[in-house]
Amino acid sequence: MSFRIIGTGMYVPPKVVTNDDLSKIVDTNDEWISKRVGIKERRISENEFASEMGLKAAQQAIADSGINPEEIDAIFAATVSGETSSPSMACMLQNGLGLSCMAMDISAACSAFIFLLETAAAFFGLHKEYQKILVVGTERMSGITDYADRSTCIIFGDGAGAAILERGENYLDSVISVDGGDSVIKIPHTVGSCPWFTRETESPYVHMQGQETFKYAVTALSQDVTTLLERNSLTMEDIAWIVPHQANKRIIDFAAKRLGVSKEKFFCNIEKYGNTSSASVPIALHELAKSGQLHRGDKLILCAFGGGLSNAACLIEW
Amino acid sequence: MVQERIIELLAEATATDAAEITADTAFADLGIDSLDLTEMAMQLEEEFGIELEMKPEIDTVGKLTEVVESLKG
Repeated sequence: MSFRIIGTGMYVPPKVVTNDDLSKIVDTNDEWISKRVGIKERRISENEFASEMGLKAAQQAIADSGINPEEIDAIFAATVSGETSSPSMACMLQNGLGLSCMAMDISAACSAFIFLLETAAAFFGLHKEYQKILVVGTERMSGITDYADRSTCIIFGDGAGAAILERGENYLDSVISVDGGDSVIKIPHTVGSCPWFTRETESPYVHMQGQETFKYAVTALSQDVTTLLERNSLTMEDIAWIVPHQANKRIIDFAAKRLGVSKEKFFCNIEKYGNTSSASVPIALHELAKSGQLHRGDKLILCAFGGGLSNAACLIEW
Repeated sequence: MVQERIIELLAEATATDAAEITADTAFADLGIDSLDLTEMAMQLEEEFGIELEMKPEIDTVGKLTEVVESLKG
């Protein structure tokens, strides 16, 4: 049992923060960030929480699909930067949409959107009455970014992406891997104010080992794409687009080189939004769909990698 | 052979004339960053069938050549 994507949506906050803006608060510069990371600007929320951005992306996906919100049977959401641990992001979105369907979060950091699709595919199989599922990745990464750390604050941006899935046969295959551990990427919670807790605190921001993350990401992306192609007896010529997590342009470029495929095959919008974690794949998918470069019947590979460590990719027919 | 390949990769990454890179050349002098080194390390791992951890003390072409040679066995 699987699904097809019948609508997409995205939302990014209006405030644009350029590399020049960041160079005023940390030791960095536009030339280095543009050339070495591929980001020119990112959107930063001034007054919206992740659930509010997610709601706007969801509403756009609903409008794009032409369905009534009441037709949604389940909401699956992902975030690492939500404003509450409870209610879950999915519950906040359900409330915002005025629905009463089941709703739950999946936690898989930057890989999460593909985990959401995988979960949706499983639920379509489990619940024969389910016809439509809303999936949303939404992030206010600026809330968990240390703006004194030049290695991370240049990378992240805020935004949300969503899709409406309808029972169908277009989710063709997927690969999901997890290599659990916190030595490469970690976003600690605050330890609270308990007077009896004695462990040292870590700052509640994204901590990332750049070289290890790069190596993991390039390897994961290359291997996952290769696995999907081989397992489905496809070649790169059969694939219209690869939509990767927008983490760092160099990860995408180097993976393309290792795969022996043109960079043009990878849809990239990192220059405008930076890394928006779980929102990056659905935002990219929405922009690609609306660009007129995607046609019904096209085969796509979505792929992502990140905290966990986790990585995932899926083959879909548009 | 290992050193020639390292010099070739560095020349390509930095658009420098390979003749200007020697065993004594420090990576820092070529203006490359940590991700460039990671890319090169991954390339060398694949080509020579080794597992290479780029530590800060491996900071010149000569030192990297020695490490790769010893891992190759």
